[in-house]
Amino acid sequence: MRQRLLPILVFALVMAAIPFVPGVPPFWIVLLDNIGLAALVAMGLVLLTGVGGLTSFGQAAFCGFGAYTTAYLSTAYGMSPWLTLPMSLIVSGLAAVLLGIITMRLSGHYLPLGTIAWGISLFYLFSKLEFLGRNDGISGIPPLSIGTWKMLDPGSIYFPIWIAVIICALLSMNLLDSRTGRAIRALRRGHIAAEAFGVQTARAKLLVFIYAAVLAGLSGWLYAHFQRAANPTPFGPHLGIEYLFIAVVGGAGYVWGGVLGAAVVVILKEVLQSYLPLIFGGGGGQLETIVFGILLVALLQLAPTGMWPWLTAWLPAGDSRKRPAPADALPARNDHRPDTGVLLQVDKARKQFGGVVAVNDVSFNVQAREIVALIGPNGAGKSTTFNLITGVLAATAGKVTVLGKGVSGAPPQEIVKLGIARTFQHVKLVPDMTVLENVALGAHLRGRSGAIASMLRLDRADEAKLLAEAAKQIERVGLGDQMNQLAGSLSLGQQRIVEIARALCVDPMLLLLDEPAAGLRHMEKQQLASLLRQLRDGGMSVLLVEHDMGFVMNLANRIVVLDFGTKIAEGTPADIKTNPDVIKAYLGAVA
Amino acid sequence: MNTTILLFLLQDGITNGAIYALLGLALVLVFAVTRIILIPQGEFITFGALTYASLSAGQMPGTIKLAVAMGVVAFAFDLFTFRKALHARRVLRSIAVNIVFPLAIWGVMWALGGRPGNIALNIALSLLIVAAIGLYLYRIAFQPIAHTSVLVLLIASVGCHLALQGFGLVFFGAEGQRGPAISSDAITIGALRFTGQSIAVYGITIALIVGLWLFFGYTLYGKALRATAVNRLGARLAGIRTSLSGQIAFLLASVIGAISGILIVPITTLYYDTGFLIGLKGFVAAIIGGLVSYPLTAAAAILVGCVEAFSSFYASNYKEVIVFTLILPVLVLRSLAAPEVEEEKD
Repeated sequence: MRQRLLPILVFALVMAAIPFVPGVPPFWIVLLDNIGLAALVAMGLVLLTGVGGLTSFGQAAFCGFGAYTTAYLSTAYGMSPWLTLPMSLIVSGLAAVLLGIITMRLSGHYLPLGTIAWGISLFYLFSKLEFLGRNDGISGIPPLSIGTWKMLDPGSIYFPIWIAVIICALLSMNLLDSRTGRAIRALRRGHIAAEAFGVQTARAKLLVFIYAAVLAGLSGWLYAHFQRAANPTPFGPHLGIEYLFIAVVGGAGYVWGGVLGAAVVVILKEVLQSYLPLIFGGGGGQLETIVFGILLVALLQLAPTGMWPWLTAWLPAGDSRKRPAPADALPARNDHRPDTGVLLQVDKARKQFGGVVAVNDVSFNVQAREIVALIGPNGAGKSTTFNLITGVLAATAGKVTVLGKGVSGAPPQEIVKLGIARTFQHVKLVPDMTVLENVALGAHLRGRSGAIASMLRLDRADEAKLLAEAAKQIERVGLGDQMNQLAGSLSLGQQRIVEIARALCVDPMLLLLDEPAAGLRHMEKQQLASLLRQLRDGGMSVLLVEHDMGFVMNLANRIVVLDFGTKIAEGTPADIKTNPDVIKAYLGAVA
Repeated sequence: MNTTILLFLLQDGITNGAIYALLGLALVLVFAVTRIILIPQGEFITFGALTYASLSAGQMPGTIKLAVAMGVVAFAFDLFTFRKALHARRVLRSIAVNIVFPLAIWGVMWALGGRPGNIALNIALSLLIVAAIGLYLYRIAFQPIAHTSVLVLLIASVGCHLALQGFGLVFFGAEGQRGPAISSDAITIGALRFTGQSIAVYGITIALIVGLWLFFGYTLYGKALRATAVNRLGARLAGIRTSLSGQIAFLLASVIGAISGILIVPITTLYYDTGFLIGLKGFVAAIIGGLVSYPLTAAAAILVGCVEAFSSFYASNYKEVIVFTLILPVLVLRSLAAPEVEEEKD
């Protein structure tokens, strides 16, 4: 904790001292004000774009909402700026809700393009609306004031700006380092893994979008009272693009990258503006854009991940965090978990992709305390069957029931709530999160704390339990030594084991493993087999897809064989080994 | 509304829409092949248009100097890349493409000695200059970071846009320019008057669309580009030089941009920064087309042109608001119709 806060405290003290250093030109303070304002917006983008993977060009428009709200209310109705602050934040937040509902569901490249579109159209709207003063905007906005102290000059508004920056940086870092934060960080790698552990991805996206918009709205509010005027120009598409590259230049994945990027870009522009004409003898404003554009491209070629990671790489390696402090155990999921009987019943499940029948009326079940293996040649429909059970795909026909309750058509988030956890054939971990954080995502549904609690650090007790549970499962699968390594640095086989630990964090009654032994060495396979036996003996059921016949035959209680989407056999390993249909499917017809 | 106005607006919309269609196609092409969202497309338009206008006015456009300078830088980049294996053939090829080619254009212009050449020559020179700039732009700015994320490419693209726009101001000044029409003939059908220029717009648009379709469907290079678009790694394993694909895509895009510019500069006055907004409307069309489908993009572009024409007649104040808001319902429909597909991102 102290290690985390000390650099921020030092930074805050330095920033607080700067205005009092004798001889600091007032012009520097103006620059710092501008840096702070840009940093607030960029910080929101770091969370939205760098961490969440959702690119937005429209953040300048949210600054506009913040600025125009306070401009209008404080001039037309004479409201105090402190009263308009919540209004500004609410208006930008509401705008984000509306725009977010429309655009956040766009995937891939549509999203940045969609944000350019509404960014531009809002800019034109600001400049056309009569009550916002059209192109001239609104002037005569009152300054911020405390008692009789009016913050009229750049030196006094400096304090609210940088207090806001530091508080928001803290809140953002807290948010990222929490249950909600892990959900946001998982978004960038696609939805399926996050949803399999109960993350409402649509809601998580909207949340981070609103957060970024509110930060931009705050920046707009400060800007309006700093300039004491608001016109459409600073909220147009060019600024929207500029905020994005501030974030990218600084290092889009890092909260302080936003601040660094703002400093680099604002100072660079200023230096170019004041010195280029001296070097080239006049020439006007165009030189500045040219050099700025060229430097931007050069910077990206030198440091494509941004400057923050590039700088921090020079620092001595920080604390590789110890394993989490012991905490109270998480309560087990309170569900009705039978000791005998059928857990999962798949009844004539069918999946067609166009004319291709991937799964053809397949029926089987999994009983309590049982390991069932689903085998078959490549393309037999095993993974598709998994996806039907876990709700990733909707079945064309047929029924899936869990403990007698029909779950056909239920989304993955509901399936996992029933105690069914899974791993993926193609590993879906977040490579730049540690093993511990990846595994803790599995316990997502067992935590309670929301975004606001996380930002204010009210989630620590809850969080400690989640991390302790994750650590317990990591040790259980034998990866205790890799706990604080980045998941992406592990071998593929180990990553599969991490996925198992993550699934165990759900506290499942049924574990679905998609080729867990692929990429493992012989010894590791044996360890995995004994772990699975141990889980079964502890009361868990396992359904696994696997190609390693030795592994399956020694482990499974029952085997279901698929070929071309159809079930061709079912029985004990001994039955399956001698079944002529199975032999034919694997080895071809006997000549 | 009477029929005459309706027809006029439609005509106006279709003419503009045809231009947007060209731009949209170029954007789709570049994005599909290189994953770059080509913001500097607007500069290709203005460079093409204003180079043509300057040449027609008997001036030496600054863009040729830019082309020569960028060629030298591109050559330096090539040399740096080849530094471990400086084969004479590679170096000679690089000299031919990066040094001789722009100097040759300059030579022709110098030989003209400031006399306004004929229209065809001016057009050819403008296209060659912009093509060279487009090619070198990819070599210098994008080829070294071709493997990075879409976001980084996008920001680099913004950087190029800023730099090129700045150059545009230096070369052409803040004054708007117009160029001579390709043809001054006109025919009148009913109430509508079709100028030679608007007919040229339709004809060239259709010819280019057909040309692109033939190129991608029936030529080896076209197929190589499509392969690169589908899977870069797979294309490389099949022996396709993806950097070459990128260069071809930029070459095509810059030529298409320049053609669009030359087509509109006789119709409307262009300023050094007009291209950005025009390019963005091509963008709207490309987005509606989903950044993949050429026919859809062309149809969407016509729609954008018509919406623009009608809204500038009925609510001219809100013209841009309406055009850019048009994307949103389309995007929503698209995402409702096609549920998200999981993509593996790097």
